Amino acid sequence: MTNGTTSAAIQKLHFYQKGTFTVGNRLVSEADRSVQASIDRSNALTCGHRACQGCGEALGARYALDAALRAAGGNLIAVNATGCLEVFTTPYPETSWQIPWIHSLFGNAAAVATGVAAAMRVKGRPEIRVVAQGGDGGTTDIGFGCLSGMFERNDDVLYICYDNEAYMNTGVQRSSATPPAARTATTPAVGPQPGNVFGTGKSVPKIAVAHGIPFVATATVADLHDLERKVVKAMGIHGARYLHIHVPCPLGWGSASQDTIRLAQLAVECGMFPVFEAEHGVVTGRRKIRRRVPVEDYLKPQRRFAHLFTTEEGRKCISQLQAMADRNIAEYRLFDWEGDVE
Amino acid sequence: MKRPFAISLDVGTSLANLTGSWRTSRPVYVDRLPPCNNACPAGENIQSWLYHAESGDYETAWRTLSIDNPMPAVMGRVCYHPCENVCSRSQLDEAVGINSVERFLGDVAIRNGWRFAPPQADTGKRVLVVGAGPSGLSAAYHLRRKGHAVEIREAGPFTGGMMRFGIPKYRLPRDVLEAEINRIIDLGVVMKLNTKIDHVVDSMQAGRFDAAFLAVGAHIGKRAYIPAGSAAKVLDAVALLRSMEGEDKPLLGRRVVVYGGGNTAIDAARTARRLGATEAIIIYRRTRDRMPAHDFEVEEALQEGIMMKWLSTIKRMDEGVLTVEKMQLDEKGFPQPTGEFEMLETDSLVLALGQDVDMSLLDGVPGLKIKDGVVQVDSNMMTGYAGIFAGGDMVPSERTVTVAVGHGKKAARHIDAWLRGAIYTPSEKHELASIEKLNTWYYADAPKTVRPMLEVARRQSTFEEVQGGLDETNALYEARRCLSCGNCFECDNCYGVCPDNAVIKLGPGQRFRFNYDYCKGCGVCAQECPCGAIAMVSEEI
Repeated sequence: MTNGTTSAAIQKLHFYQKGTFTVGNRLVSEADRSVQASIDRSNALTCGHRACQGCGEALGARYALDAALRAAGGNLIAVNATGCLEVFTTPYPETSWQIPWIHSLFGNAAAVATGVAAAMRVKGRPEIRVVAQGGDGGTTDIGFGCLSGMFERNDDVLYICYDNEAYMNTGVQRSSATPPAARTATTPAVGPQPGNVFGTGKSVPKIAVAHGIPFVATATVADLHDLERKVVKAMGIHGARYLHIHVPCPLGWGSASQDTIRLAQLAVECGMFPVFEAEHGVVTGRRKIRRRVPVEDYLKPQRRFAHLFTTEEGRKCISQLQAMADRNIAEYRLFDWEGDVE
Repeated sequence: MKRPFAISLDVGTSLANLTGSWRTSRPVYVDRLPPCNNACPAGENIQSWLYHAESGDYETAWRTLSIDNPMPAVMGRVCYHPCENVCSRSQLDEAVGINSVERFLGDVAIRNGWRFAPPQADTGKRVLVVGAGPSGLSAAYHLRRKGHAVEIREAGPFTGGMMRFGIPKYRLPRDVLEAEINRIIDLGVVMKLNTKIDHVVDSMQAGRFDAAFLAVGAHIGKRAYIPAGSAAKVLDAVALLRSMEGEDKPLLGRRVVVYGGGNTAIDAARTARRLGATEAIIIYRRTRDRMPAHDFEVEEALQEGIMMKWLSTIKRMDEGVLTVEKMQLDEKGFPQPTGEFEMLETDSLVLALGQDVDMSLLDGVPGLKIKDGVVQVDSNMMTGYAGIFAGGDMVPSERTVTVAVGHGKKAARHIDAWLRGAIYTPSEKHELASIEKLNTWYYADAPKTVRPMLEVARRQSTFEEVQGGLDETNALYEARRCLSCGNCFECDNCYGVCPDNAVIKLGPGQRFRFNYDYCKGCGVCAQECPCGAIAMVSEEI
């Protein structure tokens, strides 16, 4: 018998379930499955919360905290900035949190987390780990000073930013994480440059990398395995760590509630949201684009970009956004497809 | 109770807040019909047996498969796998090698001696099956499993029908065929060979049968009028293939011409090559793309050195010489003569022009309708005579083993109902799980496994099996390429992606349940279900 191709095929085993992109896989051992796949996951953020239908932030927070909780052996305190996540989980007197959780002010989550970590050290409870979390408003704008301080002092805190690209619970106002051309309540789609202005805003993941802290990573709710791996890695390190999770917002983005994960995926696949990680100031890994798409595919399902598709100015904006995506792809080397990587 | 300053309420959990009341549409788990199952002429539940096979539980896979089809090792060799033609995976990379996994399961079952579960209880009803081909065997199997006494009467000396007398050994080794037939007989089916039925109604009365299933096949080779000299050697393909089963192999000579364009023509030519013909030529009056033979069979024949002469008809056969006329297709695609002739030296001519049914057993049966040389049956497979059912090649059908097996199963269900004085109504088909219902992002790329083929030199001289099977590693790999269209495979996606934690995981094999107290109806689960097993349904508001 001649049998040339089969042995090659065996070497490249890519079972449709095993090692692929679903949350779980009945064919692999429990230990190799995601935290979210386990029947007894902790659900740090449980049912009954008041997030909108299809909320990416609620999903991202449960993904991240469940993984952190498992990595910390259940010894975890969360500090929350003001924002959607704080508002929808804790309307007085209810709470959706099933872990110790504290909220102080909009802008001081990083500083409070530093304090909690210091208190645990003083009390001789080093096994209790601290996570600080906030939205892009509380992180990239209002809490930025405290965050930078926490980074430069290398305090033992994992700071997680859930980036939905605007102030959502107050009525969709622009933040420094809002992408150019997006319509918000404060950047209306009028005039010669409709929507948010090109050339404004900042990349906090890059700024975090510039602090030279032990670990910085970006992630999305569309790639759970990648997200959990990064949380576990971060929890294995002491010192300042920063995780920036892209979480689509059906309300603020004007997208269908069922498209939350799809949009997070398209943001990565078009190059608008680069998924990478860095250690001590050096980029050490990136998640390659699997099926590259033009930015239109990402923009089209979102009403905040609808004006781009109706005018000549809008068309120009799309090509500017495409150029941004292309720069990301070039900078992080996001695209040289060699097949799916397990 | 004393509370801290400015605190007027006790802390409570958000579980008190039933967000399910926000919902305008609800997700529901569904089982949709996979395209492969929909296309299978034998009605196999392919997705289901692949599901068991991919976890390495081959016995459950085989048992699930054989609920519908008792001959997977045969199927895995001779079925033209219409399932693979419609496989959704073919729109990602290549179709799942369903046929090769089926063969693997069939071979494993033979190797391990797995047997069918015996019928629960005997019904006391007796059914006569006429013909031991695929259709008759299938009907006998299904009827016996339902507890009826079954007797098969076969006119020929061997079981198997066209599986033995029509399909050459190099495609279906006889030990495989016999192993699967014997397993059916071991269920307690009475098999009488060399028993030709002359009048079916009389035989039924004499044997006290309550019903009969006729499946005598189509074994009479069609003839075309070709003027031939007295010394010309002309025979038909069915007779040639049948004689391969006897002691004396037919003598065809060194140059053999086969006339026809179907699978039987290809089988005849490939058989002639193996019998020692240095030249085996197929003459067909149309072009390759219009040939009814399957493309892979034509390809395999060409590899073995079979020659093809398209757009040609045979005008005359004399001793050692054939007169061939060239044809051309008219605008409607019909071949028309050109008046150009050529001579072709040949030792024998094999006619492969289709087969007719021997209807002699039906003489004098009242109410029977015969049209275009085949018996007409209702949608329940019953002929015009109450209690006599028919299937396989002798009724209007695409004449393949798989269709015949499917007829046997369908007829058995109707016969069973008829014996109980009931009417069998098939359960309603589920909605088709077409590719746009899937979220194919979640499947990794995985090319199809290629089955090993016997070297050409040995294919030209021996009757060894041409196509090899898969071993366990690549059969498992191939099974795991299944997308599980329309049926939950417990990937945990819905459980993971719900922002409201409103999916309850019930544990291995138990799938999931929605917690409608908290489900807000966002639809993320349905959107992210890889296999399209969740539907969104509007709430009545």
